[in-house]
Amino acid sequence: MSFSLEQSNDVTIVTVQGQLVVTNRQEFKQMVLDAMEQGARTVIVDFVDASYIDSSGLGALVSLSRRLRDAGGDLRLVGLSDELRTLFELTRLDALFPLFATRADAVAAR
Amino acid sequence: MLSVVARQWRLASDVQGIEPVVRDIVGLCRAAGFSPRHCSLNVPVAVTEALANAILRGNACKDTLTVHVAVQVSVEQLLVEVCDQGCGFDLAAVQQSPDDDDWFEREDGRGVFLMRSLMDRVENDKRPDTGEHRLRLVLYRT
Repeated sequence: MSFSLEQSNDVTIVTVQGQLVVTNRQEFKQMVLDAMEQGARTVIVDFVDASYIDSSGLGALVSLSRRLRDAGGDLRLVGLSDELRTLFELTRLDALFPLFATRADAVAAR
Repeated sequence: MLSVVARQWRLASDVQGIEPVVRDIVGLCRAAGFSPRHCSLNVPVAVTEALANAILRGNACKDTLTVHVAVQVSVEQLLVEVCDQGCGFDLAAVQQSPDDDDWFEREDGRGVFLMRSLMDRVENDKRPDTGEHRLRLVLYRT
């Protein structure tokens, strides 16, 4: 499980490979917080290569979403499998995050 | 007679030990014919929650304490028992819900909700032989 970060114009894209769980949520949060420190305000998290997310991972997303909103930005999610989408629906967090099928959709929504 | 595969682990109170156990349990479920959704969502998420709860809250990450995991998998059901050496908690009193006022703001406090949502039964007690706190998860295959 790992993360990668890329910058495209003024959009920051974080790709999650594997799980976003209790063992790596701090690393994930810090990566996004560091990007915010550098000025990132629109952050897209790409889950196309992700397997599963636990409550710690969801919590990290909720926390980052709040910080980005407070800073005038937002956090968008793309590439969710049916199972991951189910997780967001179960927890009703699909109401908190804009969910998009692809990166292009997420960027175009600006 | 139904065949049952049983495995057990004794883990240090370190969250880095969670993922290999989850992977093994998912493999057992896959071999027993559990659905792709069970194997990619219900089982890994709920078991991760149970183990994280035991390590972080039950044992408070104390390196002198361990977590015992016992699993039985059959074509009918998955049974996971996670025992920690903490003092336990009143599971019935933990009523996490998306209706909570701070649900969309708080960072923690969704683990029990996820376990209940993804498993058919979640219960806890004190193991009579060791006195350890035991959390039991049951998922029926169909």
